[in-house]
Amino acid sequence: MTHRSVEVPVIARVEGEGALHLSVSDHEIVDLRLEIYEPPRFFEAFLAGRHFSEVPDIVPRICGICPVAYQMSAIHGLELLFGVEVPGGTRELRRLLYCGEWIESHVLHVFLLAAPDFLGFDNAIEMAKVAPDLVKTALEMKRVGNDLMAAIGGREIHPVSPRVGGFSKAPRRRDLEAFLPRLEWALGEMPGIADFVAGLSSPSLPRPTEMVSLVHPDEYPMNEGSLGSTTGRSFDASTFEEVTREVHVEHSNALHSEMIDKGTPYFVGPLARVNLNADRLTPVARDCMDRTGLSLPQADPFFSMAARVVETAVAIEESIRLIRGYEPPEPPMAEVKPRAGRAMWVTEAPRGILYHRYDVDDDGRILEAKIVPPTSQNLRHMEEDLRLFVPDVLDSSDEDLTRMCEMVVRNYDPCISCATHFLRLDIKRT
Amino acid sequence: MSAKVKPRVAVFKMASCDGCQLQLLDAEEALLELAGAIDIVNFAEASSHIEPGPYDVTLVEGSVSTPETEEQIKEIREQSKVLVTIGACATSGGVQALRNIADTDAFVHTVYPTPEFVKTLEDSHPISDFVKVDLELTGCPVDRGELLGAVTALLNGTMPRVSTSPVCVECKRRGYVCVIVANGEPCLGPVTRTGCGALCPGFGRGCYGCFGPSQPPNTEALGARFLTLGLSKKEAADKFRFITGWAPAFREAADAMENGDRPEKEAAKP
Repeated sequence: MTHRSVEVPVIARVEGEGALHLSVSDHEIVDLRLEIYEPPRFFEAFLAGRHFSEVPDIVPRICGICPVAYQMSAIHGLELLFGVEVPGGTRELRRLLYCGEWIESHVLHVFLLAAPDFLGFDNAIEMAKVAPDLVKTALEMKRVGNDLMAAIGGREIHPVSPRVGGFSKAPRRRDLEAFLPRLEWALGEMPGIADFVAGLSSPSLPRPTEMVSLVHPDEYPMNEGSLGSTTGRSFDASTFEEVTREVHVEHSNALHSEMIDKGTPYFVGPLARVNLNADRLTPVARDCMDRTGLSLPQADPFFSMAARVVETAVAIEESIRLIRGYEPPEPPMAEVKPRAGRAMWVTEAPRGILYHRYDVDDDGRILEAKIVPPTSQNLRHMEEDLRLFVPDVLDSSDEDLTRMCEMVVRNYDPCISCATHFLRLDIKRT
Repeated sequence: MSAKVKPRVAVFKMASCDGCQLQLLDAEEALLELAGAIDIVNFAEASSHIEPGPYDVTLVEGSVSTPETEEQIKEIREQSKVLVTIGACATSGGVQALRNIADTDAFVHTVYPTPEFVKTLEDSHPISDFVKVDLELTGCPVDRGELLGAVTALLNGTMPRVSTSPVCVECKRRGYVCVIVANGEPCLGPVTRTGCGALCPGFGRGCYGCFGPSQPPNTEALGARFLTLGLSKKEAADKFRFITGWAPAFREAADAMENGDRPEKEAAKP
């Protein structure tokens, strides 16, 4: 009997802290656990009792890489509950802010976190020594996304201007127009980037799955839309907790999500969005999709990197369109009068759907909060991927096996910091 | 440090959002230049290449909130010549330290679905609660310029100086309109260390204390001013009890607002 175990004590180039334990005996997986040891931070517990106006300053602290996603899910949900009519132009400015985050997050993942795997480097700094132009282009594109976020939000990590009701201050037209040449340049780089990704030799993992994302009749979804799935499911943010549930497993400080009716995992993120919103792709994005060889329907998680490239193009094209049509909201913020009730919303974070629910009292204080981030929704799917993938590559050396397992995990661009902060707490109040 | 041997730099993360180490990745070209002058030997978010200590300069983001991280920070300290804590979590326990107050106050009982799966300390702590820290860089997130400046100074063998003056000073320097005076909006600028460039007043809103207390902060006078703006004691206390609310000066200010009566008396003066 041959026994083999692979331990990856720290999964590198992901956001947050996770480990992988794999134990194999006679080509059978005896034990496979994606252990999430990132310390829990209990956001849902300490949100209780805070004023709704503080929520857009608290929830971005869940994730330094996708802070806007947290602000957007919270703000839209609370505005719906309070019946706020935001000033004209607010919707477009929020979408533009989200585009900045998609560009920054996707480019960070494709080049700095994922690409080194395919080219055999430990990191992007090593990669830069061999391919300096590629890394410089990537860094400059990421900077465009970051700068766009800072121009609208004040800073790219934990923006300060997004509020329930609008923005504390709206950028001037000329400050945003200054981005147009940089965005046009970035768009011009996209076909080359798509060709680069197409040229990477990648493993494959065809598997049956259910992918879930927002769908929107008129645009590629970010802040608005209803939920759809590749198995034909259609639901709304207000029934999210009736369709999915979170399960607490022993080896993880993050909860695992599943569909309530079938008890099955589901898959969220860029690949799900591309599958469910292909006819809303922008022209250069469509061209990039053709170049990467991403054909639809596509359930192989190894196409996630191609999907991120496609969506980077969407975000750049949308940014250009939104800036050209930009009129600063005046006043930047609507008056907000809180009322008691339940706020629920889903937006598309770079890593997939992000659900927020707040129960609010008459004074606008949060009674209870629930947040379901994309990475915890993907965790069980990720473990299943590993179970399906590992048996086919068991003949590889330990080093290669480890690297390939990490690539399976990295397909999801997992944000473990996000995923661990939501262990459920039952709070009894006196 | 010898000219030939590059300094060994490590970056670690505890309970946090990744935002402070992301400031390093966001430094982009400066990071590539810096990478030429140092050996980044342990930075899991950026690289699969991980070496054990010792390290010349170690940057740590995040707070200590589990038995494992408590042990880990002691080991990191032993391996590090210079230990720099970066960001609000590492220097004051972070926004997650709000649970420190909640445990003893509003929440009577907290239970997981299966609590035995989770190991956690009662409080979220700044790193200096457990080990000696050579330099603290506050901020949520830490300011990229301050971070790069500090690392550069340390690599040149000098201890960086960090401004302790309040946001108000920066606000005046930039000619921003005071949001307290003009809009009656509560602002922590008078008692918060600058470092952000007076970001929030520049964006038409009050400062919420990301960079922690300035030195010395007159929280008592500001708390009294908040009451004259129409805030309740609880609302005024919550202003201090926020992103850096576990920093001693802000913690005491919040407790005084809720429990003491002095600010209210001062507020009653004309």
